[in-house]
Amino acid sequence: MTAQIDAPRAKRIDPKYNRSRKSRNNFEMTAWLFMRLSGVVLIVLIFGHLISNLLVGQGVHAIDFGFVAGKWASPLWQVWDLTMLWLAMLHGTNGVRTIINDYAEKDRTRFWLKTVLYVATAFTLILGTLVIFTFDPCISETVAQALDQCRA
Amino acid sequence: MSTATAEPASKVEIKAGSADAIQSFDITLKVRRYNPEVSDDAHWDEYKLTMYGTDRVLDALHRVKWEEDGSLSFRRSCAHGVCGSDAMRINGRNRLACKTLLKDLDTSKPITVEPIKGLPVEKDLIVDMEPFFQSYREVMPFLIAKGHEPAKERFQSQEDRERYDDTTKCILCAACTSSCPVFWTDGQYFGPAAIVNAHRFIFDSRDDAGDMRLEILNDKEGVWRCRTTFNCTEACPRGIQVTKAISEVKQAILQRTI
Repeated sequence: MTAQIDAPRAKRIDPKYNRSRKSRNNFEMTAWLFMRLSGVVLIVLIFGHLISNLLVGQGVHAIDFGFVAGKWASPLWQVWDLTMLWLAMLHGTNGVRTIINDYAEKDRTRFWLKTVLYVATAFTLILGTLVIFTFDPCISETVAQALDQCRA
Repeated sequence: MSTATAEPASKVEIKAGSADAIQSFDITLKVRRYNPEVSDDAHWDEYKLTMYGTDRVLDALHRVKWEEDGSLSFRRSCAHGVCGSDAMRINGRNRLACKTLLKDLDTSKPITVEPIKGLPVEKDLIVDMEPFFQSYREVMPFLIAKGHEPAKERFQSQEDRERYDDTTKCILCAACTSSCPVFWTDGQYFGPAAIVNAHRFIFDSRDDAGDMRLEILNDKEGVWRCRTTFNCTEACPRGIQVTKAISEVKQAILQRTI
C-alpha cells in the first residue's frame, strides 16, 4: 500500500481567496462602457439643464410651477428630462453598486445593500417617468387661470 | 606616457573625516512583528541603529537579525532588486527593502516596516504568497502557440517585441497587487500582477491564446474591478506602467467583443 502524500502546498490556501465561479457574460464590461458613454452624454444634458433653468432670462427667479409646466409642454424638454433622469439614475446606481462591491466584505451585506439600492432606483425611475408623461399643468382652477396653455 | 589606470572603486581608500567619507546617521527602525506561536496579536518593535548613507532598508533588517534579534523573519534572496522576495510596506508604501536607501527616507522619524497588505501574514514580514500565485497561474503565463513547432527560434520583429516590453519586466514581488485597495477588500480580484503577466502574452505576436486570456480576465473579478487608483504603478519597483497595461487589456476585451 502506498501512502498518499499531498503536494507540499496543497489545500493550504485560505478559502476566502478562492474565486467564486466565473461570470460567463459581458455584464461588467457593459457596465464599464455605460459609465463612460453616459458620463459624456450627461455632461451635455446637465449643463443644458442648468443653463436653461438658471442662466437664461430671469434665471433662478423664474423657476416656479408655471415655469416647469411650460417646459414640459414641449416634447423637447420632456425627452431631455426623461433621458437625463434615466441616465443619471443608472449612472449613479452603477457607481454606488461598485462602491458596495468594493467596500462590503461579505456577500450577504452586499446583497442587502444592493437590494435597497435597486428598490430606491426603481422607485425614483418609475415615479419620475410617470410624472413626466402624465403631468397635467391644469390641476386646479387658480393654476388654470394663471397658465396660458390651460385657457384654451 | 602616464596612462595610470584608475583603481577599482572597492580599493579606493576613503579616509575618515574627509569629504568623501560615507555619512552615517542614527535611525529608529519600527518593525511590525507577528508570531502566531507566541501571540495572535501583532505588535511593533523598535530598534535604534547607526547606519551609513550606502545602506538600504534591507541592510538595517540584516543588522537587526544578525546582531540584535535573530527571531526577526523576512524574505530576501538576491538582495539586488531582481528576485522580488523582499517586497514590504516601508513608511506605508510598498517597496523592495533592497532597493530603498535609508538616506532617501526621513531618518528623523522612525522608519516603519510592515508586511505587504491583503495577504495572510505567516510570521513578521513573511506573507503567504499562494493566493497571489494562484491568480498568476490562472492567466496561463506561458507561451501557447498553434501550428508546427519551428525548427529554429520563433522570429519576432523589433516592433512586435516593443509592444509588450514594459510588462516583461515583472519580477512577481506582489508589491502592486498588495497595494491595490480593491484586492484588500476580499482578495477576489485577480490583481495587477496577474493582469500585467497576461498582458505580456496577450500582446506577444508569437502567442495564439490571447483570446483565452482575455476571456479569463473579462470577469467581474477581472480587469473591470480596476478603479485606476494608480497605487500599483506607484508601487512597482521595476517602473512598469501597470495601470496603463490594465487599460490596454480592457481595450482589447472591448475591441474583441464589439
